[in-house]
Amino acid sequence: MELRTEPFVLNIGPVHPSTHGVFRMRATLDGEVVLDLDPVFGYLHRGIEKLAEERTYGGVIPLTDRLDYVASMTNNLAYVLTVEKLAGISVPERAEYLRVIMSELQRIAAHLVSVGSFFNDCGAYFTPFLYMYRERENICDLFDMVCGQRLLYNYMRIGGVSQDIPDEFMPALKRIIPHIRGRIDEYDQYLKENEILLARTKGVGILPRDLAINIGASGPVLRGSGMKWDIRKADPYSIYNRFEFDIPTGIQGDCYDRYRVRIEEMRQSLRILEQAVAQIPAGEVRADVPHLIRPPVGEAYAHVEAPTGEVGFHVVSDGSIAPYRCHIRAPSLMNLTALRDMIIGWKIQDLIVIFGSFAITMGEVDR
Amino acid sequence: MTAVDAAFSGAMRHLDAVPPDWPGNEWWHWLVFTVICIAFVLVMIIVVIYVERRGIAFFAARVGPNRTGPFGVLQAIADAIKVLLKENITPSNADKLVYWLAPAVVFAPTIMIFAVVPFQNGAMMADLNIGVLFVIAISSISTIGVFMAGWSSSNKYSLLGAMRNVAAVVSYEMPVVLSIAGVVLLAGSLSLNDIVLAQERVPFIVMQPLGFLLLFIGGCAEINRSPFDLMEADSELTAGFHTEYSGMKFAMFYLGEYGEAVVMSTIIATLFLGGWQGPVLPPWLWLIVKILIVFFTMVWTRATLPRVRIDQLMAFAWKFLFPLALINLLVTALEILAWPGDLPLYIIPLNFAITAALILLGSKLFKVGWGRVEV
Repeated sequence: MELRTEPFVLNIGPVHPSTHGVFRMRATLDGEVVLDLDPVFGYLHRGIEKLAEERTYGGVIPLTDRLDYVASMTNNLAYVLTVEKLAGISVPERAEYLRVIMSELQRIAAHLVSVGSFFNDCGAYFTPFLYMYRERENICDLFDMVCGQRLLYNYMRIGGVSQDIPDEFMPALKRIIPHIRGRIDEYDQYLKENEILLARTKGVGILPRDLAINIGASGPVLRGSGMKWDIRKADPYSIYNRFEFDIPTGIQGDCYDRYRVRIEEMRQSLRILEQAVAQIPAGEVRADVPHLIRPPVGEAYAHVEAPTGEVGFHVVSDGSIAPYRCHIRAPSLMNLTALRDMIIGWKIQDLIVIFGSFAITMGEVDR
Repeated sequence: MTAVDAAFSGAMRHLDAVPPDWPGNEWWHWLVFTVICIAFVLVMIIVVIYVERRGIAFFAARVGPNRTGPFGVLQAIADAIKVLLKENITPSNADKLVYWLAPAVVFAPTIMIFAVVPFQNGAMMADLNIGVLFVIAISSISTIGVFMAGWSSSNKYSLLGAMRNVAAVVSYEMPVVLSIAGVVLLAGSLSLNDIVLAQERVPFIVMQPLGFLLLFIGGCAEINRSPFDLMEADSELTAGFHTEYSGMKFAMFYLGEYGEAVVMSTIIATLFLGGWQGPVLPPWLWLIVKILIVFFTMVWTRATLPRVRIDQLMAFAWKFLFPLALINLLVTALEILAWPGDLPLYIIPLNFAITAALILLGSKLFKVGWGRVEV
């Protein structure tokens, strides 16, 4: 006897524990197997690109915090780099070093969140998540020292950073670097050979290298697929050409590779931090830039390697005090376009794991 | 003697269940033990919820509930009061009768099982000569309740969770029963009291290490504890089969879930850890201590391991646990044939060696199954 079965549609989200915000997926299922997937964006749309047109160039910086709210510093950096390129402003040496230090601390903090929530999606009941958050807390304390904020920093300024670091910052940073390195090694030891984790992530959700390039993926998602592409090396911005670090890549582009790339990137960020701490000069942290700048008519694009990938800003100036157009290239959105191709044929449990391995932030996807 | 007395004592004689040093054929025996069983389960549920919440918090580097009463011991009671005051929502498309019945069907068997669990020598509601069979049969009933809940709430998440649960229980019943059969062979009886008495010399965990592991793993899967908690799977199915439930009906599922955990811990403690046997402390306290030790191990695994996938769950039961359970039963039977009467103690290291060899062999032959599943 053959049972008559038929596919059914399961609506996942927009409010669901594993959608990392408000993301909605309409999955067509055959039992547990996903036959089709229809991602629905836009539940967190706040019109940031339009809002940016109403504000002065300096006033846009707090808006960029709200894009990838897990990694505000790198968003700030991408925007101020673009405006500096547009207006031809040069930045003091010390400010460049501070920007690199903050970016790399931010990368570690964001990857800790990504890895932690990825394990939560795998079903490890909050334990790895909270351990990762405990380490992230140290970095939040450092950010708290420099700008008084723990999530949305608003630290970068056009022509430098908002203020110099306090005296207690450097000793605390020097203490935290070996601490976090030890903790990352410890967690990696616990997790990288866990049999259930291997069974759930290895060979699951393979993103082929060609597809990754075609969809414009970037960041750990692209590097997990074996592509050695990092804006910090490929198109060095700020002062990244002064530091030595490696670009970790995955082998076959499965969820496990993406997780390994993130762990390795944290170690490389610690290397950069050590070099930056040793080299940082004294001096000004902000160029003499007026509050209301009027860049010459024209347009500029600048991009940085954010934790999720390539964050780029395309700013068009019409010579007034506000940008005429401010387009944001959001890596989370680009990476997500591969989701449907990767998920078809996998089970609904894999759907959550594959989706989690992208480590997207909805604030950036919907803008 | 009233008619009720006569009925009770008649039932007792019929079941041949007069314990050695307990006045089992008196009517108040039934009354007292009915109260004891219900009270024991409810109090133990409060205790294990506390152990679970503080234990998980301890493993996850946080504090856990510590505000309600000393060290937060009253948290479960506070939660119960909160949940009682919540609105009871019934989905409009729900199958009302089944929807209302399901929580009771899930929770009731957990109390029934304690009818055959000895709190000390002979101190049990009914010393059934088929005690183990009773436990296995009754513990499967709650699966029906879970499926009733999943089906009647007309929610796709609930249905998926319930289907997963039925699949898991059907698969894991095999290794669980086979591993218990090894204990039954050793004790020569299906009565739980006789099984505990047979562990006077050494607890069966040292005679049957493989059986213990199989029962622990299979038991975790049957009561849906992590890493096999697929029917709830909060990161995928939000709350699985009880997504639509709220208020006291949800609380009944919550109680049922922890009741099942208590039952499974009790069965493991009784069959493998010597039940109420132990020096110095009173027997009932030994039983509670052993239940909590087993439960704490479950909390530990929950806090440590990620969740497996449904096909890996099934493969693990049928390709890894099931053959090992069969071999375990065979080895136990051979040992009993080779040494009639009491088994000599020097087979304990032999058993541990066999267990280690079998698990090593099994792990070489069996892979959880990486890669793409066939549609």
